[in-house]
Amino acid sequence: MKTIEGLYYSESHEWVKTEGDMAIIGITDYAQHAMGDIVYVDMPEVDDEVNAEEEFGAVESVKAASDLISPVSGTVVEVNEALEDESGLLNQDPYENWIIKVQMSQPDELDKLMNATDYAAFCENQ
Amino acid sequence: MEDLSKTCLYDRHEALKAQMNPFGGFIMPIQYSNIIDEHQAVRHKAGMFDVSHMGEIFVSGPDAERFVNHIFTNDIRTMPAEKIQYGMMLYPDGGVVDDLLVYKMTEENKYLLVVNAANIAKDDEWIRCQSEGYDVKIDNQSDQWGEIALQGPEAERIVVDVLGIPQAADLAFYTFTETVWNTAPVLLSRTGYTGEDGFEFYAAPEVIVALWDKLLEAGVTPCGLGCRDTLRFEVGLPLYGHELSAKISPIEAGLGIFVKTDKEEFIGKESIVRQKAEGTAHKIVGIELTEKAIPRAGYPIECEGKVIGEVTTGYQSISTGKYVCMALIDRTYAEMGRQVEVRVRKKTFAGTICKKRFYDKNYKK
Repeated sequence: MKTIEGLYYSESHEWVKTEGDMAIIGITDYAQHAMGDIVYVDMPEVDDEVNAEEEFGAVESVKAASDLISPVSGTVVEVNEALEDESGLLNQDPYENWIIKVQMSQPDELDKLMNATDYAAFCENQ
Repeated sequence: MEDLSKTCLYDRHEALKAQMNPFGGFIMPIQYSNIIDEHQAVRHKAGMFDVSHMGEIFVSGPDAERFVNHIFTNDIRTMPAEKIQYGMMLYPDGGVVDDLLVYKMTEENKYLLVVNAANIAKDDEWIRCQSEGYDVKIDNQSDQWGEIALQGPEAERIVVDVLGIPQAADLAFYTFTETVWNTAPVLLSRTGYTGEDGFEFYAAPEVIVALWDKLLEAGVTPCGLGCRDTLRFEVGLPLYGHELSAKISPIEAGLGIFVKTDKEEFIGKESIVRQKAEGTAHKIVGIELTEKAIPRAGYPIECEGKVIGEVTTGYQSISTGKYVCMALIDRTYAEMGRQVEVRVRKKTFAGTICKKRFYDKNYKK
């Protein structure tokens, strides 16, 4: 299982990369592996509000739908439209292929998330 | 964590690094590589499944035929030896205890009942409770048997050429033979749960392990329960707990053909006769979405702003690419071509009621 230093990780297996007050959100390698072939990504729309620890969409694999849980609160400023036609990109490289970008309203929510080392240990115990 | 059983092929799945999940009280392989490739292997070549979790219950004795006919919806009276029938065991109210295969053994007055893994204990108890007054022996041998399903258009060639069992070519669909492979007894059955031609092997655990190794060496794709579900779903085969249950009768499931109400008696007959005459409140239908969304089990079906039922199984069909599901809905809405909506999370998506066979079966004979 691959993790990347410098990202924030949630217990529901999303990652966050920050650029100022912007949070770039995706799913982790652990998540894509557990789900298997991803066939569809249900994403919010630009300007939608998302709340920390609440569902903002779903990733559908062949066998099941998994909710996407936002690690932070804020406003969606961009969605990765490439995933609409090629959701399998999340299997190929889950860290390169982000899902949404959020303008954070409460950046201190990042403090509740794990770093790469802690997240790797968390997954070991799953 | 619940106490999960392992099949005789557990070590083989570990060696292949399968993704293992609980199913029916067993720890089972869901996929080895990925569901799509395994699904396509079965549709176009051949794949093999560990189905050792299935239950094998033998019923024998002077009253075996009369007793099995009492607890089973199909009619076994005219059935010759080495034939197989599909059907259900019902509760008196018409709800389903389990769906199963009944094998008539060559030995006089002996039947093999192959039941769902999750229901083995329940079925065993149910069968025993009904047997009072019948001179039968009920022998649950589920722990003593392993089972492999070899499925796909190349299955026959593999059984004949790779395993050296030429009589496989002469086996008709839903028949079986008690044969020998590698000096060990094997029950070879032309059955399956994928909509493709294929065989199922029942044998002692060590024989099943040797058979698995031989088939793997011959290049047969190991397939997990993930694609077993996508395969059976596409051809409209029911899964107990989804399209059949204690609350979903065979009539509601559209499986009335396997319930022989012209039999003198069987448990549940009165309820089924009534359901056939009066109609049922609900019915299992197929729905094809006209928009891109995947309907999953439990999602509500709506019509004219009202919830009329729910999805029982749904996928983006691997063979056709369509977004389809089976659903249990209010019967008054269950007409072909009717427009309905499926609620997927926060949105609803339009769909049309259609046949619940989304892909044609490809049985050989």
